Amino acid sequence: MTHNQSYEKNMEQVFNNVCDKVLSDLRNDEHLTISMKGERSHFIRLSKARVRQAGIVCDADVGLNFIENGRSAWGGVTFSGNKEVDTQRVISELERLRREVSQLPEDPYVIIPKKGDSSREVYKGNLLSEADVVDALLPAIHGVDLAGIYASGVIFQGTANSAGQRHWFSTETFSFDYSLITPEEKMVKSTFAGTSWDQSRYEKKIKQSKREIKIMEQPVKKVKPGTYRTCFGPAAVADLIWMFSWEGLGEGDIQQGKSALIKMREEGKTLSPLLTLSEDFRDGTVPKFNEYGELSSDYIPLILKGKLVNTLISSRTAKEYQMKSNYAPEEEYQRSPRMANGTLDKDDLLKELGTGLYLSNLHYLNWSDNIGGRVTGMTRYACFWVENGNIVSPINNMRFDDTIYNFFGNQLEEVSSNVELIPDVSTYEGRQFGGAYVPAILVSSFTLTL
Amino acid sequence: MKDFDIHRSLNEIDVNAEWVGLREVREITTHRIIRDDHPQSNVTSTTHGIMVEALVDGQFGYCSVNRLDQESIQEAAEKAYIQAKESAKYSLFKFTTDSRPKSVGTHESSYKLTADSISPGELNNILLKVCNALKVSDKIVSRESYGRIVDSTYRFVSSNGSDIHQKFMLVTTDCSATAQEGNIIQRRTDAGLRGRSYQMGMELFDEMELIQRAKRVGKEVVELLTAEECPTETTTIVLTPDQMMLQIHESVGHALELDRILGDERNYAGWSFVRPGDFGSLQYGSSLMNIVFDPTIQTQFASYGFDDGGMKAEKEYIIKNGLLVRALGGRESQIRTGIPGVANLRASSWNRAPIDRMANLNLEPGDATFNEIIGSVERGVFMESNRSWSIDDYRIKFQFGCEYGKLIENGEITKTVRNPNYRAKTIPFWHSLKMIGNKDTFGIYGTPYCGKGEPNQTIRVGHASPVCLFENIEVFGGVS
Repeated sequence: MTHNQSYEKNMEQVFNNVCDKVLSDLRNDEHLTISMKGERSHFIRLSKARVRQAGIVCDADVGLNFIENGRSAWGGVTFSGNKEVDTQRVISELERLRREVSQLPEDPYVIIPKKGDSSREVYKGNLLSEADVVDALLPAIHGVDLAGIYASGVIFQGTANSAGQRHWFSTETFSFDYSLITPEEKMVKSTFAGTSWDQSRYEKKIKQSKREIKIMEQPVKKVKPGTYRTCFGPAAVADLIWMFSWEGLGEGDIQQGKSALIKMREEGKTLSPLLTLSEDFRDGTVPKFNEYGELSSDYIPLILKGKLVNTLISSRTAKEYQMKSNYAPEEEYQRSPRMANGTLDKDDLLKELGTGLYLSNLHYLNWSDNIGGRVTGMTRYACFWVENGNIVSPINNMRFDDTIYNFFGNQLEEVSSNVELIPDVSTYEGRQFGGAYVPAILVSSFTLTL
Repeated sequence: MKDFDIHRSLNEIDVNAEWVGLREVREITTHRIIRDDHPQSNVTSTTHGIMVEALVDGQFGYCSVNRLDQESIQEAAEKAYIQAKESAKYSLFKFTTDSRPKSVGTHESSYKLTADSISPGELNNILLKVCNALKVSDKIVSRESYGRIVDSTYRFVSSNGSDIHQKFMLVTTDCSATAQEGNIIQRRTDAGLRGRSYQMGMELFDEMELIQRAKRVGKEVVELLTAEECPTETTTIVLTPDQMMLQIHESVGHALELDRILGDERNYAGWSFVRPGDFGSLQYGSSLMNIVFDPTIQTQFASYGFDDGGMKAEKEYIIKNGLLVRALGGRESQIRTGIPGVANLRASSWNRAPIDRMANLNLEPGDATFNEIIGSVERGVFMESNRSWSIDDYRIKFQFGCEYGKLIENGEITKTVRNPNYRAKTIPFWHSLKMIGNKDTFGIYGTPYCGKGEPNQTIRVGHASPVCLFENIEVFGGVS
């Protein structure tokens, strides 16, 4: 058993032991859901194809959602994996919550935990050992300018509630997210990710990136602000799709006047019939249960052929607005988005584009008029000027400012027939599960502003 | 932390490293939210762990663990050692113990009321009243009041004698209201970006003051419903300190972080247009522009006594009369470049390695009164409180949006305008700084949410500024 596997196994055992103890000691009128998230991760940060920082992070937290007499509060503590320490911490936190809850106003939207199906999924990987990583990673990138982050290890999530439902999900994954950079500071970005390290696949991937960076060595075409026929590669589409998690598809945001999709709900606006977006757990890379242990369906259509057919509805939102929950997390974000494929063969993308822009990646997106559905951001990395179906030259980085009702609406011309997984490599609250499955798209007009 | 003796733990570590450091962080964060007169969130979370850093063959390695028993810390030290030893074969730079000199001292936030001086019930009651005060009209469809309290303790000890103990008390207050009339929807907050974030105590939950501010937020959001769209034109803009916070942060702070200039951040947040040779020679903005790194202002959000490399924090001029003179780089970056920097090698918690982060980065006040600034404008737009932000990876092309705007016509503030946005390029923008407000216009703000680094880190920053006037800026409104 690897360090990662023994760490995860111990965490699950201690979590179950602590839950057994704490849940069995609850008083009759008390309700509790205990959730847990954790990781044992190896990070190596690279700059100029050399090691800048390297280390290991062992971290886990448990959260207690405590309900008594129509009042609720949440308490979180670091989970160490030591049974005695953690039992004491959780009991102590529960005592604090008991003292706090009695002082709080009644919460009309509190959700009492229910008994439901329990689950346990443990996916083992075949990862590089921590002592071997640099020798596996570095020789292949000798001689190029590369910046990036290698992240590897086990991530896990679990819940247990006072009604008797339990879940555990863990997976071993790795990702190497990197940028290759030319002496003229043009860049291409790529991610090598999976559950089983394959040295020859890695070296092939790097060779492919080295070929891709060659085209960035050509002189840059200075594009001016204006509207352009534009093809977005899958990574760029993923950036746009993730915007729907931020004041987009959450039902609470729609009800409270904060969503970019309000016009779809209230004014019947639609996006392109070519756009179908769902929450899709069927590939098994992301746990279907939320922080309260509620299980989502395998598949929830959200936007079907341009029409908003479902939103992400937590049980709390459902109770407040008298709707049916689809067991979204409380923050109502996408966990496993999939945009459906279209019919355009990826080899025909540039031909169909004709003359215009090919954007592989976008950067720093934000709503510039959230209610109007307008997004601003930058082009970044391998973005090209294309003429008559042929890449001519890389472009300078440009600012865009355009609405979803244009680029996902009346300007959306084609969707590629293949869909790619763009792994979620963010690590703010720890390493993440899964990613977004997205195609490439072709739009007839896209607005660049600066 | 009474049960854990960090000195003893350090002394008992047995690894053959050139240097070993232990950084223990215990942080308790409480959020309380009332939405539409009901409790939305009462959350308290505690994170507690330790990072062991080891320097071996010129390379740092680290291991962070959530267990504080000696066996776990010894194991972490061994893992940090192996990480350093293996990585040293491919080091970007060979460091020495000079990058972690001996440093001893303490720092404690200055505050009047401790976290437990207002009970959870009392704080919910205050926030209920604030939430209620937001409802100045039936057109307000959603209201929220917010409080955040952070109680944080840092210990840093090292094999070469460093011993630092810092305690922080941080409080954020906010409220927001969303109003709707037909298909017009507007939102207003107390300062944008949770901007009312301070290194102070529970005295910030002053019920009367919070209610007054809530009433203003409610009144202004209703006003925006019938306001004209911000015009599309090139004109003068006057920015309030809560928008200048974001302006300084994005177009000065990140551009001057030395690790970005060195290229460490190129795969994530990006590079910088600033080059190592620009320090001492680049005229960043007009002569009115004086930017200081100042972690010594007691109440400002990102004040501290020492950074996470142990360097003592001191006020330094970064831009003097518009000239770039110093970088936002900690000890490691200073050694790598030879460029003068500041004490800003910072980590978000015990589970992240320190990198260059701006802390308090402030624009110093000038001489103009608010009335003189407005009076000087024949036509322009006054903008307040950030709601949208985006800038490119070199920190050149930015576009920012604000919650609330006013037209300035013939030297007077006239009509309210909604959806005010502006876009520009960094160097021309700062050269267009033509008037800078005096101390009476100076506002201190901060935010808990600055993201950077791989693995990612969210850290607190503080920014203070007077009201500022910029000429010839492209402004525009919302979707027509």
